[in-house]
Amino acid sequence: MANQVTATRRPAQSGRDTSARNVKLAVLPPAERISLRAPAGAVEALSRALGLALPVRPCTSATAEGRTALWLGPDEWLVLDEKGGDLLAACAGVEALHSAVGISHRNVAIAVTGPGAETTISAGCPRDLALEAFSVGACARTVLGKIEIVLLRTGEEAFRVECWRSFSDYAFTFLDDAARDAAS
Amino acid sequence: MLLIRCPYCEQDLPELEFRNAGEAHVVRSGNLVAESDEDFERFLFIRENPKGIIYERWRHIHGCGRFFNAVRNTVSDKFLMTYKAGEKKPESLPGDAK
Ligand SMILES: [Zn+2]
Repeated sequence: MANQVTATRRPAQSGRDTSARNVKLAVLPPAERISLRAPAGAVEALSRALGLALPVRPCTSATAEGRTALWLGPDEWLVLDEKGGDLLAACAGVEALHSAVGISHRNVAIAVTGPGAETTISAGCPRDLALEAFSVGACARTVLGKIEIVLLRTGEEAFRVECWRSFSDYAFTFLDDAARDAAS
Repeated sequence: MLLIRCPYCEQDLPELEFRNAGEAHVVRSGNLVAESDEDFERFLFIRENPKGIIYERWRHIHGCGRFFNAVRNTVSDKFLMTYKAGEKKPESLPGDAK
């Protein structure tokens, strides 16, 4: 008689959150992600396949239907799907030259929200995060303390911090400390 | 902290996102085998190391990932300009290049 074994998937840092005065941190649920590289000539076909216009202006993003494409470099995007849509399948039919690599499980995302969100991230990120310099929808690969992150401003007082999974404990702990500092 | 203009991101960004990648415009011979030892040594090891204006390769490693070229004054550490990889060495420099 075979015993039924159930495995529970427990993503890194899942369930961690912090509520300080002015700042909330929350580890976001798993999402589908691809690292997309493509020359200018393939952008139109890939945009059609993904259902959103891949941004070509530096440090900007585009969102449609739970999907977000973040400009990381002149031929590089991070594409997220928070509704579990299959991004690799969407790109598979595109014949124009491109490279799409599934990295869904490579990253962990942390939402930083509240009036102190900007101050919290600025504790470890050297970029100018003032609204005039880093507006809603702006994104960038940058640094947080000793690690590399991808930062997306989702609202005037809301950011999404994407980091590699093995750095997620560091990232959360760093932001947790910074949030407490921002509150005091 | 220095602010360095990335010609691909089109912004002045903190130096923490960048990494120096040595002197720019060092031309690799199309036929290394035919090169004399002296020429090869010059290509591989000998660098200008000037006091003043230097042309360097930099990489926006924690940003867009691109290599580009920068003109920097080694005395003041001031960046005079940056330009995309593959572009020609600028013929004139902006402002106080001296
Ligand atoms: Zn850049």
